[in-house]
Order: sequence, then structure tokens, then C-alpha cells
Amino acid sequence: MIAPAKPELVTVNIDGKEIAVPKGMNVIEAARQVGVDVPHYCYHPKLTIVGNCRMCLIEMGLPAVDPATKAPVMDPATGKQKINWIPRPQIGCATNASAGLHIRTQTPQVKDCREGVMEFLLINHPLDCPICDQAGECKLQEQSTGYGRGYSRFIEQKNVKPKRTLLGPRVMLDDERCILCSRCIRFSKEIAKDDVLGFIDRGSYSTLTCYPGKKLENNYSLNTVDICPVGALTSTDFRFKMRVWFLKQTNSIDPESSVGANTVAWSREGVIYRLTPRRNDEVNDTWMADSGRVLYKAVTAADRLTAVKVNGADSALDIAVHAAGELFKSAAGAVAIVGSGRSTVEEQFLTKKLATALSASTHLVSRVGQGDKILVSADRNPNVRGALVTGLIPALPTAQLAALGTAIDAGQVKTVVSVGEDLFAAGLNATQLAKVAVIYLGTHANATSGTAKVVLPTLTVFEKSGTFVNQQFRLQKFLKVVPGVSGATDDLVVLSKLVAATGGAAPSDLNPLWKALSAEVPALGTVTFANLPETGLLLDATPWAALSFVEGETLHFKPAAQAAVVTA
Amino acid sequence: MAIIPLERKPLSLAERTYLPAILSGLKTTFARLLRPIETMEYPEQRPAIPPGYRGVPTLVKDPNGREKCVSCQLCEFVCPPKAIRITPGEIPADAPTAQVEKAPQAFEIDMLRCIYCGLCQEVCPEEAIFLQNQYSMSGYTRAEMVNHKDRLYELGGTLPDPHLKWDKKKAAAEHGNTH
Repeated sequence: MIAPAKPELVTVNIDGKEIAVPKGMNVIEAARQVGVDVPHYCYHPKLTIVGNCRMCLIEMGLPAVDPATKAPVMDPATGKQKINWIPRPQIGCATNASAGLHIRTQTPQVKDCREGVMEFLLINHPLDCPICDQAGECKLQEQSTGYGRGYSRFIEQKNVKPKRTLLGPRVMLDDERCILCSRCIRFSKEIAKDDVLGFIDRGSYSTLTCYPGKKLENNYSLNTVDICPVGALTSTDFRFKMRVWFLKQTNSIDPESSVGANTVAWSREGVIYRLTPRRNDEVNDTWMADSGRVLYKAVTAADRLTAVKVNGADSALDIAVHAAGELFKSAAGAVAIVGSGRSTVEEQFLTKKLATALSASTHLVSRVGQGDKILVSADRNPNVRGALVTGLIPALPTAQLAALGTAIDAGQVKTVVSVGEDLFAAGLNATQLAKVAVIYLGTHANATSGTAKVVLPTLTVFEKSGTFVNQQFRLQKFLKVVPGVSGATDDLVVLSKLVAATGGAAPSDLNPLWKALSAEVPALGTVTFANLPETGLLLDATPWAALSFVEGETLHFKPAAQAAVVTA
Repeated sequence: MAIIPLERKPLSLAERTYLPAILSGLKTTFARLLRPIETMEYPEQRPAIPPGYRGVPTLVKDPNGREKCVSCQLCEFVCPPKAIRITPGEIPADAPTAQVEKAPQAFEIDMLRCIYCGLCQEVCPEEAIFLQNQYSMSGYTRAEMVNHKDRLYELGGTLPDPHLKWDKKKAAAEHGNTH
């Protein structure tokens, strides 16, 4: 692998603090590194610079040189090179770090500028805070605390603009609150590649709108809501549901595809209200797909499995595990296990243990969709690579369980354990399934759970902790957001009990389980669940370099250039 | 700690007859007979409530009958004993008060939890919740002690509104941009 070119470092001076930063770095970012906050609205680290909010005004100076000789001009008072301060303020977001750049962010002039900008922004801003969903995470509110006047000198009528405009199926616009920062416009154009937003009219009439006949309905539209610094763009799903200050944030992972976008789940008292992206510059930047944001609804879906069943009758977990153990004994040597690319690494490890204990054949169902080249990849299983890493499967899965079907037809399989996979949807037919006893572990009811001999309800991604290995072979962890529904048991507990029913033993808690994982899985040598960084850990992918994965190119991922890097 | 034994003085003859104590008691009794009555025949008689009294928290309507609460949930947030529980809701776009956009679907105050501190009234940005004169809440069950939205409006009634902020907003929207 070719090492990336080392960026040239330059020393800049921010409020008297010297710091070496890469040349050309944005001054707002450089200031952030020395702990200086430069307030801003339109600047976003992942979007182009427009400099139209004027909030990040700073004082800037450069070392003085003699125009003729280019020799440094020294200041006799300090003995250092003289700094030529520009008399007028500059915007920080459009100022790039250069050698010797001096920045002042705390002078009276800068404070005056910020207060002036705030006063102009608040002239036409409605005092909607009590009914505005952004309240509590609103940049305008925050900066008003620091730079607001506290009362208004504006005695004229405030501007009237459209409220409750639906820009698309998931985004609602309140034009009065808009401060014309154009983040949403730039996002649609640059990231979502769906250039549907724009400003019309001039001056204080300026209004954000969709191009005539178009709608903001791409699968990334809700990112505009996230990056809106005020409450102009709101999510129709989250609108008026709950105030953000009640919500607890828990790190999670988007399980909709093998991209593994980092997310934050916002919950209150065991109810999830929304999912938003969590910044990870190696995976999803600050974005996620709309389709991944509604997955929390599966937690409270009407078809959740909440009762352990044996032969269709309600039962208890231990009785059901015993029944499963009897099925294993009666079908010794003729057990097949259908694992899942939706299971966590830990669950796949236990599934593998179960398969070894029963000397069962293992299968995996693949889900392939259309990748969108941004943050939804073609592989709709979040954790196929976890199954490879843990050794659950030796090769890539196929969509149809053809081999299993043939084995059932030949009478070689008498009992099938399905970990959350609908066997009907995976290509087995009713006659085949009538020949075998199915033990089903799953979260939601489906055709397989309806016909299974033993049904063991388990938890969704939001109700348990675990890890996924994404398409980059990046091991990422997610945490339990809400307690599991009554009647369902943690997958790890169920699997460990099943292993115990075969006479073996396997831990069901994450910490002892990870000790076993690092001992038995070479790729996870030194990792533990606790020391896994929030941004994930790249695993050595060389053992699987020969496999042809289905993913195409997405953000921060090129299928051909899979880097074999171990950072463990 | 050291134990200090105290000598109890033996009662004198006068004390042993109890007469001085009885007489001094009767003196108080007969002196009170002639003075005006100071107690109140509650509940037939009720005390006058001083201004600023913090009674049962209630929700109020503005003079036009609009419910003032917009379910911003600040009272729910500030409430120290967590007595308030709000389910926010949206006002339909065709309602007469559509410009307010938001109103509580449900509003519950658990009077078994309420400590009458008045922080909800203090924090309310819409001047919608007031601790008024009602001071006596009783019920036979816990459920009865939870005041629901209807009951809160019934208790609160209508109070004068010096701002009429949302009416002005509606008027401005109907008037449109002047320039």
C-alpha cells in the first residue's frame, strides 16, 4: 500500500496559541484543535465553503515582509517578526492556514461583528422556539446566548414566509426560520447528487424552495434536516414527537447494509424516537440514508415475537431449549444451521460453536440489492464478513439455500436451526420444510416462525450490544439502546443455552465471550468489546481477498482497493 | 456519656391538691369566652386566598378560548418531582388556530407528586400554566389524583392575555409582506 503523502505542516497562531496544522486547513477547524470555538452556521466540514452567513468573522494577520527585499520586518518592541493585521474582519471558514498566519477571535471587533450578524439574523426570525423541534439543538439559540442582544430594536413588521411547506415525503420546511445558510442546497447537490433545492427571490424575500415540479425525496433527504442549523427543515417522522433534551443518545450502527453507517439512537424511557448519523470520517462522514432511519420502528412492530413456543403452544425458555435438545438428539448428525448475516459477530461465534457441537452443516442467506454508491451497499446483510471472520461460513453465501434444500430432499437433514432467517423466503418450499423440525430464533413473525417446532424470540439490534464487520472489514460496535421487549431473550443467552443443551458450554455475556473470541478467532487477536474504538477497527482482510464480494463502490469504499491494514 | 442522676423535687401541698393548676386553666378558658372567635368553620367557611398564592397547577385559555399551551414540555422538564407528563400533538392545518401548529394531545399532572413549587408557571414561555387558588385536592384512588387535560382547563378557566402573540402572528400572515 502506498502511504498517503504527508501534508505539509504550517504553524499558525490562534489567540496567542501556536499550533502546527496541515497547510490549507480551514481556520475554523484549526481553531477547534486549540479549543477555540468560532461560531458558524453555513460552514460544514463535509460541504463546500460558501461564506454567506458571516458569523465566523475573525481578525487575521500575516507576518510583515519588506515589499522590495522580501526580508522579514522585525518589531523592535518584541524582537519578533511584525504582524500586519488586516483592519477589517475576515470570514474564518474561507481562510486557509498558511505559514505564520495569525488569528484573533476574542477581540472587541470580532465580538461586535458577531453581535451584528446575530441581530440581523434575528430580525426576521420568528420567536417560535416553544413550538420548534430544533429548540435545544439550535445553533441560533446557542449563539443568541453568547452574542444576542436580549431585546429587539426592530419595530417594523417581521417578514412573513410560508410555513409548513412539504419539500418531500420526509422533510417539512418552515421558511420563516430559515437563515439562508444553503447547507441543504449544497448537500443535495454535492453529496446526494440530487440538485433540487434553491433560493428564489432577493433580499429579505429570499426563500428556500424546491425546483418546480420536483421534490426533495432522495434517500438522503433527512440529512438536510440534520445539518440545518435552525429549525427550518424538520423531519415529518420526528416532528412534534419529543423535545430533544429528554432524549438519551446511544451509539448504534445502521444495520440496513454492509456499509455500517455509524448512528446515534435517541431514546427516552425505553422508547426510541429517532436515529441520526454519527460522524465517522472513515465510513459515513456525517451522513446516513433515510431508509436506515425508520428501522427503529421494528422494535415496537405489531408482529414482534414475544412468546416462546413449542409445537405452536406457549412455553417457557428452558422447556423450549430442552425440546430443542431432544430434537438435536433425535436427529444426531442430521442437523443443519442457517446462520444470519444480520447476527452480530458474537452471535455468529456462538452459532459456529453450536454447529461444531452438533457437527451440523452451516448455511447463510445472502441479500443482494441495488447499491446506491453512497451509503447503501449492494449487500443488505450488515455482517456477512463477521460470519467469514468467525469461521461460521467458509465462502460467500448464496441467496437461495439450494444445498440445504437438496440435503433435505435426500433425507440427510432432519432438524434445521434458523437464526432469524425466513426459510420460505430463502428458497425452501413447504414440502421440504414439512420433512424437517425447525428451531427458529427470531425477532418478528414470518412463515418460518409460524411452522417452526420451537420458536425462541430474540432481540433487535436496538435492544442488545454487539459488533458488526462492515464492507471495509471494519469491526464496529453498537450498544443497547432500549431494554428488550417482554418475552424476548438476548440472542446470546438463547444460543448459549442451545450450546449447553448439546452438552457444551459457552458464555453468554459480552466480556467473557470476547475473551473466548480473541482466543479462538485469529483475526480478532487483541480486541475486546470494551477497548474497541467508537470509530471501529480495521481487521486484516487478506484471508478473504480472493472472494468476490457483491458490493460496488460507496462513500469511502472501493471494492478493488481493499486495503489490508491491521491497526489492532 | 456520663449519666447524671437528677433529684426530683417532691410536690408541695398546694401542688398535690391540683387546685392552682385547675384554676389557672379555667382562667384562660373564661378569658377566651368573651373574646371574638378566631377559628374558621372549614369547610363551610373558606379562607380568603392572598394574591400570589400557589395552589393546584392549572392550564388556562386566552380570552378567545384558545388553549394557550403549545406543549413545549419545558414544565415537564423543569418539574422537580416529575409530576407533569405531556404528549405533544399537532394542530391540523385547517384548524382556526393552525398558526400555532402545536398543542398537547394529553397533559397530565400527578397531584400526588406535585410539590406546588410553581416552577412550571415560572418557566412557561406561553403563560399557559398557573398555580391558582384551588388548594384542596382529594380522591379515593391514585388515578383520581392525576389531573388530565380537560380537568386542568376546567380548573384553570380563562385569564386575560396582554400579548395575544399568536393572534398578531395570524394577522401578520394574512396581511402579508408590506414591502
